[in-house]
Amino acid sequence: MHHLVIDRWSRGSSSLHQRDPRAKLAALLVFLIVLSTTRPAAQWAFAAYAIMLIIAVHSARLPILGLAGRAALVLPFSATFALLTWWSGDTLRALALAEKSFLSGMAALLLVATTPLTGWTAALESWRAPRMLILVIQFVYRYLFVIAEQAQRMRWAAVCRGSHKTGGFRLATGLVGVLFARSWQRADGIYHAMLARGFRGRFVPAAPAPFRAADALFFSACLAGCLAVRILL
Amino acid sequence: MSKAIQIRGLRYRYPDGTQALNGIDFHLDAGESVALFGANGSGKTTFVMHLNGLLRGEGSIEVCSMPLSDETLEQIRSKVGVVFQDSDEQLFMPTVLEDVAFGPLNLGLSPDDALTRARTVLKRVGMAHALERAPYHLSAGEKKRVAIAGVLAMDPEILVLDEPTTFLDPPTRRDLLTLLRSLPQAKVVVTHDANLARALTTRAVFFDQGRIAGEGDVIELIQRFHWEYS
Amino acid sequence: MHIPDGFLSTPVWATLDVVSAPAVAWVARRAQRDTQDHRIPLLGVMGAFVFAAQMVNFPVGPGTSGHLVGGALLTVVLGPAAASLVLTAILVLQALIFQDGGVLALGANVFNMALAGVAAAYLSYRLWGQASRSGAIFAAGALSVMTSACLALGQLLISGVPMTGGVFWASLGLFVVSALMEGAITVGAVRAIERLNPAWVAGPQPASSRTVAGVALAALLLVVLGTLIASVAPDGIQRLTGQGVDSTSWPQRTMGGLAGIAMIFALCYLGGKLKSRRRSA
Ligand SMILES: Nc1ncnc2c1ncn2[C@@H]1O[C@H](COP(=O)(O)OP(=O)(O)O)[C@@H](O)[C@H]1O
Ligand SMILES: [Mg+2]
Repeated sequence: MHHLVIDRWSRGSSSLHQRDPRAKLAALLVFLIVLSTTRPAAQWAFAAYAIMLIIAVHSARLPILGLAGRAALVLPFSATFALLTWWSGDTLRALALAEKSFLSGMAALLLVATTPLTGWTAALESWRAPRMLILVIQFVYRYLFVIAEQAQRMRWAAVCRGSHKTGGFRLATGLVGVLFARSWQRADGIYHAMLARGFRGRFVPAAPAPFRAADALFFSACLAGCLAVRILL
Repeated sequence: MSKAIQIRGLRYRYPDGTQALNGIDFHLDAGESVALFGANGSGKTTFVMHLNGLLRGEGSIEVCSMPLSDETLEQIRSKVGVVFQDSDEQLFMPTVLEDVAFGPLNLGLSPDDALTRARTVLKRVGMAHALERAPYHLSAGEKKRVAIAGVLAMDPEILVLDEPTTFLDPPTRRDLLTLLRSLPQAKVVVTHDANLARALTTRAVFFDQGRIAGEGDVIELIQRFHWEYS
Repeated sequence: MHIPDGFLSTPVWATLDVVSAPAVAWVARRAQRDTQDHRIPLLGVMGAFVFAAQMVNFPVGPGTSGHLVGGALLTVVLGPAAASLVLTAILVLQALIFQDGGVLALGANVFNMALAGVAAAYLSYRLWGQASRSGAIFAAGALSVMTSACLALGQLLISGVPMTGGVFWASLGLFVVSALMEGAITVGAVRAIERLNPAWVAGPQPASSRTVAGVALAALLLVVLGTLIASVAPDGIQRLTGQGVDSTSWPQRTMGGLAGIAMIFALCYLGGKLKSRRRSA
């Protein structure tokens, strides 16, 4: 599964992995905003952004092709609109559309491939994202795989008993119903397990790691690099 | 001898009408280990959920000489550590270390102390190498160890294990058995595994349709109910 | 429809980020108030359930199949605030980990799907739930998808993504088909869930506040329609609001569009106020 690969990548030990998640998240936002406001005519700037990303991927010791392949998931959607734009006669803009969406996807991927989920959710939380939202994100992520696997097994079980012949809309709704029931029961089980370990209705947050000079330096470098490209090219 | 658990006349009916427990009398001496046998659906899990007040049926329950009530609930939950059958339900935090620290944080320990305790316990169960890993990357045996660590981190006096060896292969079962034997707590072990019961407990209780159908020496009980298939 | 980064113009994504952030904070507070912390595992597992349920194929005709989107289903089961929160969590994960929707465009996607989509589902269920339960659930599914898709289309157009008339109408047709499909799938799924345990699905609220729900739903749909009209014909709106006619730079067009939406919304709001005042008088 896609997110398991990313999870594995995020547990690396390069210097990029070690930067504070807040610094990386802020750098991502700077990069995305600068990228989003770059004019389509500034094609050299896009090349510079790509080089910046390649350097970052390299220093994180991640497989560049693997990352690019995953970021290319956005391309079918972008390509459709890029084609439309191209037909309407604006070649540069069409190109920029595809470049922007691809580079943005790549940058976001780079963040999660160098930062475990707990890191970037802690960063969001320290920026005042609602705690309830953070907890729900963590729970969704935790049980994504468990429940998807259950769905997969149920689908196989249905196929093994010849669902392709008799199955139809009703079979699918039944499947969703049972999946729902199991999810609900699982949620009950989780809640019981929480109570059994002294849960009193509030999650006790763990202390955040300190923001170091290296993190500030990293963010400043990213900011300077992005702004330089945006202004000069 | 003082009783770790004393239960009289416990009955429980699920909201849908299933009468899962039908008058259970049960006791556990301090430091003792007891096996619970019984067919699927005989009420073992339902019973286990009563030992720390997750379910509240009719009848009287005393843990370490404290009657179970709203006032003593919190204290009893820290004395009785339940390891559930499905580790995926028990390991809900994003990383192993955070999961094990969940209980101590709820007990009111400072984050630093909670993490220290979590590390110690994880070392104790042989999972010190996996602190930062996500629970879904672990094997079934590793998940079970972490689940046990999460309960041990609460420093309980009684350990309750619901079918701990289901889903585990024989070598992993053996390792788990070694771990469980090394833990000093009194234990209530729900299991279909006669080997585990013999190695871990001296006394056994046999459940049948929400009642206790037999009770006594574990080896004798296994024979009486033909609880081995070989 | 998840909008990736790079498609929305800066004023559009920035505005929607600024609008969505406090809205999500409000929704989180609501969800926390309505439910207790003990529902957090439930909300999380339901999010994972929606992810997984989206993998199940629903055959809807020879050779074609659709899948559940889930916004309306969550709204019916968990209530609007919790549903919004769960959908927001899903969108955050999709944007960062699954490259489905952009990070800067997160505000837009949250607005379209987790806020407006859920609002449409909730209001439909509330408005028609007493009259015909299945009909209301169908409408909830269909209108939530239609609302989200049309808003996304409108935002793309306002951002100046060029689109020929043919493509525009084809997209609308596609939206209608997927909306009908979502309606049917949601009804089927809710029925299947109720068969297993009726207690899992909350009944619709009593009809006491139907007027409010009706006006709010009408307002919401008008906003959606307004966005589309504003995005297709910005000049008309500009004339309406008395701005310059011949300037066609996109910030101005965007402002014109937004002003149009605000006007329509204000009209609906005033209409609702007047109507409810007449009722209570
Ligand atoms: N949540 C529940 N709702 C209704 N009935 C239940 C529930 N959980 C278990 N039961 C029923 O209660 C009885 C005892 O179940 P359980 O305690 O799980 O048995 P065991 O653990 O011995 O297999 C069974 O008949 C089972 O179907
Ligand atoms: Mg059981």
